[in-house]
Amino acid sequence: MKVSTGTVRFLKSSEFYLFLVIAGLGAILTVVTEDFFSLENLFDVLVSYSFLGIMAVGLMVVLISGGIDISFTATATVAQYIMASFIIQHGGGWWVAFLIPVTIGIMLGAVNAALVYNLRVHSIIITIATLNVFYGVLIFVTRGKWIYNFPDWFAEGYSLFDFSAADGTDYSFSLSIIVLLAVFAVTGFLLNRTSIGRQIYAMGGNMDAAKRMGFNLLKLHFFVYCYMGFLAGIAGLVQAQLVQTVAPNSIVGRELEVVAAVVLGGASLAGGAGTLLGTILGVTLIAIMQNGLTLLGVSSYWHKIVIGMIILISVSITAYNRKLEERRHAEIDV
Amino acid sequence: MNGDNFLELRNISKRFHGVQALKDVDFELRRGEIQCIVGENGSGKSTLIKIISGVYTPEPGGTITIDGVSQSDITPAKSTHLGIQVIYQDHSLFPNLTVAENIGIHQHLETGRQFVNWKKLRQTARDAMSKIDVSLDVERLVEKLSVADRQLVAICRAIAADARLVIMDEPTSSLTRQEVDALFKVVRDLQQKSITIVFVSHRLNEVMEIAERVTILRDGLKVATFDAKDMDDHKLGFLMTGQEISYSALTNGFNREKTILEVDRLSKKGNYRDISFDLHEGEVLGFTGLLGSGRTELALSLFGMNPPESGQIRINGETVHLATNHEAIARGIGYVPEDRLTLGLIMEQPVGGNIALTVLKTLLTRCNLIDSGKQKAFIDQRISDLNIRVPDAEVAVNTLSGGNQQRVVLAKWIATHPKILILDAPTVGVDVAAKSGIYEIVKRLASHGIGIILISDEVPELLSNCHRILLMRKGRLVGQYLPSEISEKELGQKINEG
Amino acid sequence: MLKLTSDIQRIRSLLGLKDEANVYLIVILAALIGLFTLVLPDQFFRAANLQSMAFQVPELGILSIAMMVTLLSGGINLAIIATANMAGILMAYILTQFIPEGATGAGPILMMTIAILAGLAMSTLIGFLNGWIIAYLGVSPILATLGTMTLIQGANVVLTKGYVISGFPDPIRFIGNGLVLGIPMPLYVFAFSAFLVSILLRRTPFGVAVYMLGSNEKATLFSGVSIRNIILKIYSLSGLLCGVAALIMISRFNSAKAGYASSYLLVTILAAVLGGVDPFGGFGKIIGLVLSLLILQVISSGLNLLGMSAHLTIALWGGILIFILFLNQLRQRLGHVKV
Repeated sequence: MKVSTGTVRFLKSSEFYLFLVIAGLGAILTVVTEDFFSLENLFDVLVSYSFLGIMAVGLMVVLISGGIDISFTATATVAQYIMASFIIQHGGGWWVAFLIPVTIGIMLGAVNAALVYNLRVHSIIITIATLNVFYGVLIFVTRGKWIYNFPDWFAEGYSLFDFSAADGTDYSFSLSIIVLLAVFAVTGFLLNRTSIGRQIYAMGGNMDAAKRMGFNLLKLHFFVYCYMGFLAGIAGLVQAQLVQTVAPNSIVGRELEVVAAVVLGGASLAGGAGTLLGTILGVTLIAIMQNGLTLLGVSSYWHKIVIGMIILISVSITAYNRKLEERRHAEIDV
Repeated sequence: MNGDNFLELRNISKRFHGVQALKDVDFELRRGEIQCIVGENGSGKSTLIKIISGVYTPEPGGTITIDGVSQSDITPAKSTHLGIQVIYQDHSLFPNLTVAENIGIHQHLETGRQFVNWKKLRQTARDAMSKIDVSLDVERLVEKLSVADRQLVAICRAIAADARLVIMDEPTSSLTRQEVDALFKVVRDLQQKSITIVFVSHRLNEVMEIAERVTILRDGLKVATFDAKDMDDHKLGFLMTGQEISYSALTNGFNREKTILEVDRLSKKGNYRDISFDLHEGEVLGFTGLLGSGRTELALSLFGMNPPESGQIRINGETVHLATNHEAIARGIGYVPEDRLTLGLIMEQPVGGNIALTVLKTLLTRCNLIDSGKQKAFIDQRISDLNIRVPDAEVAVNTLSGGNQQRVVLAKWIATHPKILILDAPTVGVDVAAKSGIYEIVKRLASHGIGIILISDEVPELLSNCHRILLMRKGRLVGQYLPSEISEKELGQKINEG
Repeated sequence: MLKLTSDIQRIRSLLGLKDEANVYLIVILAALIGLFTLVLPDQFFRAANLQSMAFQVPELGILSIAMMVTLLSGGINLAIIATANMAGILMAYILTQFIPEGATGAGPILMMTIAILAGLAMSTLIGFLNGWIIAYLGVSPILATLGTMTLIQGANVVLTKGYVISGFPDPIRFIGNGLVLGIPMPLYVFAFSAFLVSILLRRTPFGVAVYMLGSNEKATLFSGVSIRNIILKIYSLSGLLCGVAALIMISRFNSAKAGYASSYLLVTILAAVLGGVDPFGGFGKIIGLVLSLLILQVISSGLNLLGMSAHLTIALWGGILIFILFLNQLRQRLGHVKV
């Protein structure tokens, strides 16, 4: 009985639907294209979407807490820019390359947290403002120059478990993949196994009740927005290492794409809902969709149209189902 | 301090922005007793609760003694630590979490605890539930539970937090009679476990049923504490308001010759079945029944917001199909919903805007713009007609008292010149004194020939305001009574039967 | 005497001075103007600068109104920029494909009218579609318009293949660049739109319903207002305004493209909230929005004259919003103590 209720719950969950869609899409792409279901391609997808995945996970945590952060792309950009400038001028190793963006991310996150908590204005407004401030100041100070010429050790990257596939190509768990998996693991543990993670869910579910129960809301706000900043800093590092340049406009502007991925994964803008698995699947769907379209030779111009369609269809189905459910609930026993 | 007392308050005063919310109140709770606090809105009930739970600090001079120890500055955390738990009207649960996690939520707040022990959490939940003989699926999300079950979860949470005093704020307001009985059983179980219970309620008959002692507050002062067995609802009502409340009985008749509304075998699956009745010009027709008897669903059908599946509605002899409330309003039907806060009024917006909202189309100039002069005159007229006390029409509705808010809703519907006005629980949350004002308005409207459907579960209100009373049970009409032929007690019993 | 006070009140309310928030905005605006006049004594108050400001305000201004009306109703329209670009591209396509170069007479004028009407119709239709998804499918506005935004952005790129469509007839360019009585054409269009929307919001049953809906959807429904109808209208209006903004945009640049004004999306929300619009609906006036737009433009022009980068402007815009929110919070806290 117990097993079956759990199974039923999973079968009814949005994650399951999303999984089915991804599986279906994967199957179609496997049949239609030669390259989709190859280790090389899947690795490519994983690597190139890892920084989006990292930011999505951070955003999910903010959404669960009942807030939203739009400024994370600016945070990531500021973090990677300062990191890149530093290691190019002063050298340093992986620790420096890691510590700088992470520290900056946490600091900018703390700014958001302090403003959201003290000004009592919805976080979407605050973070739109801070997005403009962070980004504007960065471009003003740096005049928008691109950064190349990373030190060799940074250009070469960092990898574990090099291995060769049957076809002789070499693969390795590169920096992006290692970091992405670590972020998944840490966030999953945080949300499901720690007291603070559960408090974040509770606060997102009912802020007033959390206040009455004596939750330390200030601490929770700081934790949530700093964690987002922390992950944005990491994402900045990963993205810089991936493309070997820091261009101020390469991440900013993709906020809503990440929001879309997280919401597709079942997180609610009203707070309190969202799972790690859902977010992973949401990012996966968008990644596979774009990859598939590329492999099919569809011009990249069409990608946005398809993503827009997916968002519209999925949110419409969810909303419509909820409407039907409400109608059923309204009935009484006669 | 008396050794039998769990809690003693002495000389408690509190003022807010110059308003004296509590003045020199003494209050005591015996260990393991069930005590009720009653009083009108603004009598200081919730301030008293908040002082006990540490949300507010009393003014200097007041003392709080809990368990024989004098507590100077009590905070919410401290009161929780001392075993004081408040169950608010909204239950303060986390809808997105499971039953187990809601009950064991305090575990997440324990100092020094970093990680969740899910097994222990579930065990805590089961233990708490078994103490009061409740079994709910611990893995269910609270948002999927009924209101009554949510309340049980809130009680279990208090138990799991080692409560020694549980304060329940209006715990019965949205429960059916059966659910109230179940709740009372739980409350007595808690008492068996020597937990002290404070019950805050405005339903006086329920107060009599469960409480051992009753404390009455009026205008921030304590009137007295009595043994419940020495009390009845009339005495309580008098002590709460300081005036003998006797509602003038309905004297004006109505026009039996003119039927304005005929409802013929109206049915809707899952809502109500086979409903037939007539409403005459100037008649006040009472509808009563327990929560979930289908009375509100029926009212919504008459208002076009819940189209019936079969049967007929005739207005002035003409069959109508009401698919939206727009059509119903055009046919002269008005509906004052029970839930004034979320359905009846737009609380943040001005009084004037609320009153004029339903009739804006009649206040236009020749170029179809709102004629602000006409609008202002119209609104002022309504405000003075119903004697609504406001500084000006531009203030937001949520700054008014409950009684004045209810007058604004009435004004809004009277503005549409309805022929049929449906009032769903019009005096819920309104002070006893303000109630009679609303009854006067109802009578005046009826005397102008408006047919009124008054939905209520307050028996005295029905008996003194209606020409006829119809009783609904499980979606069906099961009885018709004339106020002159049935006593308060009999009608009360009929409502709660079955 | 009584008459006088009521007259003063009337004037105050006409100027939007009844709301304390507007007083803040006026003070900040005056302070900024004073500051820039001091720092740039010869440049800031020159006709050329004022005129260039007057050319720049309308585009962001009309888009901000398009955002504001949906915010008032408790929604949001993230698709405004995409909608404007779609309308602009359609207008540009008709203008460049169906009007032979150097043609004169009634034919081209007719075709230009058709182009403009087609663009406005297209943007209104997109708005209507947004409204339909929100009202009938029950999708939350932020998600619905996020979807249509992405979809339409994609469509814009596909339609133009990323290229710029340029080269419009003189009358069209006049709409974006012409002067009448020394005042730029776009400013007339903006003033006219702001005035009309303001009348619509304050003086019609529709407008009142929008505010009510923004505060409490269910209670508005129970008052006999057709919520769906209002939502359809408000998003159609928002779309229509995007079309008007598109006309100004393409005529000013003499071209249309998929990515114009893409940085304005968040700025329109910023402008509306700065102007006193409650981001959750129910409250906000055009006059506040106009003041906030003036503040943003004065900062932008002043910094530009000082040779500062446009990005510093954006940072300052964000900073000003936070500052205003801070003032509001401070006022509320002090107010509580006083009462």
